[in-house]
Amino acid sequence: MSREIYERLVEALPEASFEYLEEKDPAISVKTDDLFEVARYLKEDQGFDYLSAVTGVDYPDRFEVVYHLYSMKKGTRPLTLKVSASKEEPEVPSVTPIWPGANFQEREVYDLMGIRFVGHPDLKRILLWEGYKGHPLRKDFPLEGYQAIGQEEPS
Amino acid sequence: MQRVETGLRTETITVNMGPQHPSTHGVFRMIVTLDGETIVDLEPVMGYLHRCQEKIGERNTYLQNIPYTDRLDYICSMSNNMAYVMAVEKLAQIEVPERAEYIRIIMVELTRIVNHAVAIGALLNDLGCFFTPMLYALEERERILDLFEMASGSRMMCNYMRFGGVRYDLPPGFMPELKSVVAALPAFIDEFERLLTENEIVLARCQNVGVLPPDMAIAYSCTGPLLRASGVNYDIRKVDSYSIYDRFDFDVVTETNCDVYDRYLVRIGEMRQSVRILEQALEQIPEGEVSVKLPRVFKPPEGDVYHRIESPKGELGFYLVSDGGTNPYRYKIRSPTFINLTVLPELCKGHKVADVVAILGSIDIVLGEVDR
Amino acid sequence: MPFLNDLFVNLSSWIHGFLAHFLPLWAADLVMMLFTIACLIAFAVTTIIFINWLERKVIGRIQDRYGPNRVGPLGILQCVADMIKMLTKEDITPAQADRLIFNLAPVMVVVPTFMVLAVIPFGRGMVAADLNVGFLYIMAVSSLTTIAILLAGWGSRNKYSLLGGVRVVAQMMSYEIPMVLSALGAIMLTGSLSMVSIVAGQSRVPFILLQPLGFLIYLTSAVAEVNRAPFDLPEAESEIIAGYHTEYSGIKYAMFLLAEYVNAFIVSAIAATLFLGGWQGPLLPSYIWFFLKAYAIYFVLMWLRGTLPRLRIDQLMGLAWRFLVPLALVNLLVMGLVITLTQRKGLFSLVLVSLVANGLIVAAVVIIYAFAIWRRRQVKVTT
Repeated sequence: MSREIYERLVEALPEASFEYLEEKDPAISVKTDDLFEVARYLKEDQGFDYLSAVTGVDYPDRFEVVYHLYSMKKGTRPLTLKVSASKEEPEVPSVTPIWPGANFQEREVYDLMGIRFVGHPDLKRILLWEGYKGHPLRKDFPLEGYQAIGQEEPS
Repeated sequence: MQRVETGLRTETITVNMGPQHPSTHGVFRMIVTLDGETIVDLEPVMGYLHRCQEKIGERNTYLQNIPYTDRLDYICSMSNNMAYVMAVEKLAQIEVPERAEYIRIIMVELTRIVNHAVAIGALLNDLGCFFTPMLYALEERERILDLFEMASGSRMMCNYMRFGGVRYDLPPGFMPELKSVVAALPAFIDEFERLLTENEIVLARCQNVGVLPPDMAIAYSCTGPLLRASGVNYDIRKVDSYSIYDRFDFDVVTETNCDVYDRYLVRIGEMRQSVRILEQALEQIPEGEVSVKLPRVFKPPEGDVYHRIESPKGELGFYLVSDGGTNPYRYKIRSPTFINLTVLPELCKGHKVADVVAILGSIDIVLGEVDR
Repeated sequence: MPFLNDLFVNLSSWIHGFLAHFLPLWAADLVMMLFTIACLIAFAVTTIIFINWLERKVIGRIQDRYGPNRVGPLGILQCVADMIKMLTKEDITPAQADRLIFNLAPVMVVVPTFMVLAVIPFGRGMVAADLNVGFLYIMAVSSLTTIAILLAGWGSRNKYSLLGGVRVVAQMMSYEIPMVLSALGAIMLTGSLSMVSIVAGQSRVPFILLQPLGFLIYLTSAVAEVNRAPFDLPEAESEIIAGYHTEYSGIKYAMFLLAEYVNAFIVSAIAATLFLGGWQGPLLPSYIWFFLKAYAIYFVLMWLRGTLPRLRIDQLMGLAWRFLVPLALVNLLVMGLVITLTQRKGLFSLVLVSLVANGLIVAAVVIIYAFAIWRRRQVKVTT
């Protein structure tokens, strides 16, 4: 099914570039700049009205944000969208204007992974407190945290 | 507008409901702006119970994560177990023996009954009942927890399921006990309904409160009873028919008025459906193995999977990334109540203070899962 | 039997006579008065201990559990243990609170409660002061509690307390009206405000048979008046923590608790006096009858608390102004007509006509209510 959607995407948005990832859960990889348009197309034309999960993953070479989408009306299996962000300045367009349910999830990814969502209405920490240093889910974050005894806080 | 006419100068007040508040179901805070008794604005604040479970999950081996999932939503540990082990089984492509599937379904459906009974009890507590429905619910819950104890050795933190099956086979004496519990459940639900369903005050307090239209429920990623009370016929047990749910005959309970009262009705209805599933499972359950042999050092192949189940509170999903090692590279929990809370401010605006706790109660949050 | 019947009355006249031996009469009267006051206060404290225990036991039974059963036989000393705990607890005054008001409020809550006890006839001749404006006195004095609770809510400087205090004023002022209007029926029947005369007037038939509707209105508004479930909004635990007494601890909290329970007992006692014939009854001594009736009504209050959820503030006010007040007014009017029409026609016709009149009112209410539901349904279908 993901294959089908992928082909339709390629057809509908010719200027964007996609990649089809044949894995256990097939996924469609999208360029950061195209994400918003792709998301809008998927919601409005393909009926993917439900955003289930937004996940950030810290790979050695890149950050990746994974979106799991369904269509409530068609009752489909999840469609996985993946988008990469750079290690230095991780920024991804926010999909909150399209799916309001992404609001807290994007805040959570920002909080724990440090990926900025451009266009989010109220991007601030959600689980940790304001003023917390660092983003715990990054691989370079020490397991004990920076605030542990004997460790310097990063500036 | 009236303010100008009367010439009275009034002010809104900001009240911090929580983190220590009797009806926030844990350490949850709502910054509520009030105009008299009416809610002008509400902002949920969470994270008081944050343990960074996802980071812990990356440190642990796959097996070590199972007891941690118990502590997510500590009322339904069995469902959490199931979601996680099924995600890992999908990752490593492990087949599960049939008897183990049945045992899992039995445990998960019992969990659903426990959760819904407690959720309704807590909702009624929030509505101002002096613990009577809650204690009725807890009484039934005790009997089910006794069953969990027989099977897993623990009442709440069950830690019962394993990759490729369950930890122990059911002990002798479990099935007769289960049969008597299941036989008594319809009477319990009837009693509950007699007490509450037609209660004039329950109707007055719940109907047309916290109305969540279906398109809004979908847009805000609501799941579980919240979504179905808004008239969306979406149950992952039916849509994905994961495990062996396709073998059972049950209905998806939906209601159409989208309010707090309908969420209550959906929970009652789902309890009845769970009893139906349990009755069928009791008849069908075969003899046989309950687990498969796995290598001592468990290393699933590389890749990423997302698996979701219909936990009592909604869609509980695990997104796992494996790099081929002994621990997950990324271990993400898609917790239903955290995402259901996104819609809370929208539901509460314009209602009274008393309604906020009712709406929150109808969403049915557990802070262990919201904050992770 | 006659000995038991007049036990307390004889006791008091005996003490008075004893004192008169070596004191001038005015001094003996004064001492007797003080002694009565002391008795009433002691009675209030023991009542709260007993009522608290009873309530826990009854609600425990409603909820399929035992209730207190550790301290003393059947747990009856549980409340004593609780009192000791509360009295020895640290007394905290919030730093930002208005100290004078904050400390004054618990005292002001308790005093009117005790003052009301003065005019309640506990048995034949067992009344501390038989005022000829007894009922008026009760209403006037017990309204003071409202101010005290508002002070508590205001003085605590806590937003929950403030909300609770404001709710109290709205609620108690609204429910006082139907409460008085429904009690007026009983007063009209006797033609006296004195509680003793009202009891005496029921020697042949208790007024509940003449105006069951008035009794129900009185009971509903009385439950709201003393802030008990399902009208316990001012201290709604699940919404505003503990309402006006959120910030109180130790002995001050105990005083609020004392006032609350004694008030609940008092409204039961007044209901028993106004509608159930007070201490009148066959065989048993008068005071036993009185307590049986009062506790029967108190049992209803406990039952409500164990069963019902709470109303919302707008529904609560709606119930008072849109339902109870008009109903009480109609009831009053009809009662007046009935009394006028059946003058000198004998007791039997009075009872019969009253019952018919009450039935007519109830039927009218049911018809109006059914019509409202029907219209609501119609509206729902069309929209």
